[in-house]
Amino acid sequence: MPPKEPLDDFIMAAAEALALPIDPAWQPAVRQHLEVTLTFARLVEEFDLPDDAEPAPMFRA
Amino acid sequence: MPIDLAEATAAEIAQAVRSGETTALAVTEAALARIARLDPLLGAFTDVTAERARAQARAIDAARAAGKPRGALAGVPFAVKNLFDVKGLATRAGSKINRERAPAQRDSPLIERLEAAGAVLVGALNMGEYAYDFTGENLHDGASRNPHDTSRMTGGSSGGSAGAVAGRLVPLALGSDTNGSIRVPSSLCGLFGLKPTYGRLSRARSFPFVASFDHLGPFCRSARDLALSYDAMQGPDPDDAACVNRPAEPTLGALERGADGLRIAVAGGYFRQGLTPEAQTAMVHVARALDARRTVELPEAHRARAAAYVITAAEGASLHLDRLRQRAKDFDPAVRDRLIAGAMVPATAVNRAQKFRRWYRERVLALFDEVDAILAPATSCTAPLVGQQTFRLDGVEMPVRPNLGIYTQPISFIGLPVAVVPVPLKPMPIGVQIIAAPWREDIPLRIAHALEQAGVAAAGRPALEGSRKVSARK
Repeated sequence: MPPKEPLDDFIMAAAEALALPIDPAWQPAVRQHLEVTLTFARLVEEFDLPDDAEPAPMFRA
Repeated sequence: MPIDLAEATAAEIAQAVRSGETTALAVTEAALARIARLDPLLGAFTDVTAERARAQARAIDAARAAGKPRGALAGVPFAVKNLFDVKGLATRAGSKINRERAPAQRDSPLIERLEAAGAVLVGALNMGEYAYDFTGENLHDGASRNPHDTSRMTGGSSGGSAGAVAGRLVPLALGSDTNGSIRVPSSLCGLFGLKPTYGRLSRARSFPFVASFDHLGPFCRSARDLALSYDAMQGPDPDDAACVNRPAEPTLGALERGADGLRIAVAGGYFRQGLTPEAQTAMVHVARALDARRTVELPEAHRARAAAYVITAAEGASLHLDRLRQRAKDFDPAVRDRLIAGAMVPATAVNRAQKFRRWYRERVLALFDEVDAILAPATSCTAPLVGQQTFRLDGVEMPVRPNLGIYTQPISFIGLPVAVVPVPLKPMPIGVQIIAAPWREDIPLRIAHALEQAGVAAAGRPALEGSRKVSARK
């Protein structure tokens, strides 16, 4: 059996919480995509923004 | 000399129909014949609306015979990515699941506006499933194939749109662009493409992907056709919450002003990393032709791309959550697994990305105080092979599917208008982005037209059609 990756427990717990059934065969690909996305999320979070920074949920150019 | 209906631009076809040199029906029949002959090689069309097209063409010819005014796109055949609602067709959006939906009751407003200008819808086009794709491949409908080399991909997700126009099946197609899905296939198939300002063209009655970034726009073989079709589609639409209440600002009349007087710079830093020699050559050709010597830096562009990636993953997952719960096995696995991962992205990450987006927007807009347009590569490379999983960027092996849009994502992230111009390198073309300030679509279109006039940009004819001429006269 391959060793468990750090994100595997999170993925299984999140899948259960979201009522999102995941075939075990999909898990490596899901983990890979989540790792990439979280890496990008960290890159964004590392950028220092002031506390009063406003989000742009409905963007107006 | 009879008009070459395969090679003619939309403007030339409309002129020929208006003048009586040919008829809308003859143009339509010629397009349908090309689709029947060439689409088996290209996989561009998923639906051909032949009877509807013939009826519309006959109506245009009848109007001409009655002396009624003809539109700017009289008799021009066009097709749309299959995420646009087409009355009578299920809007499949590249998916297996959506093709079970009831047929659309009404056309998308952009189809209505093009038809009001005299254009003739001939069908719906292949695309990557639910638009989460940069390859133009589709598990259910087969891959869109690049007309310049059918072993190569069109790029996506609007792959069929690019294949249909580059393959000379139609002179005009519509696609969508969330992170680059008009600009990437325009680059790989050697076409002119326009992604207008976010909120400019109505997205009503089209299947969404990421509401924060979704745009619609045209693919053509000339800058003039981009302007002609874009002008016909402009205008407010209360049915799209993001479409602004702004009057149409026609661009066609401005094209002949060219690039004179415009301050044009080249994007540096992030946009110079990972380029293949072909992409570098295309940038040099375009910058030299425009005498663009200045370099500007889009600050934190790598982080903008990262933030776009995060928001896309989360919003895409939110859109499809119920389908993932109930029909997961009916998705393309490559799309499904990304969407499942997107459902698990923390809300804090999405919120930070949206905060960063506002910061980045302000910094980039400030650049337009000093320049009118910015040049950037559209893709790092020419078209990869169909089915190719990885490519090398700066010596690093990377997956193709999420990484073909690395230069387009930081631009659509803040909704800027962009025209892609095709640089006809051999054996495969590649595109360059021309980026302007919001609501200034006229600027990239003027520059694209000037580059076309100078012979630097051109939608080269693929060998697919060879030297065979398909022509029709009344």
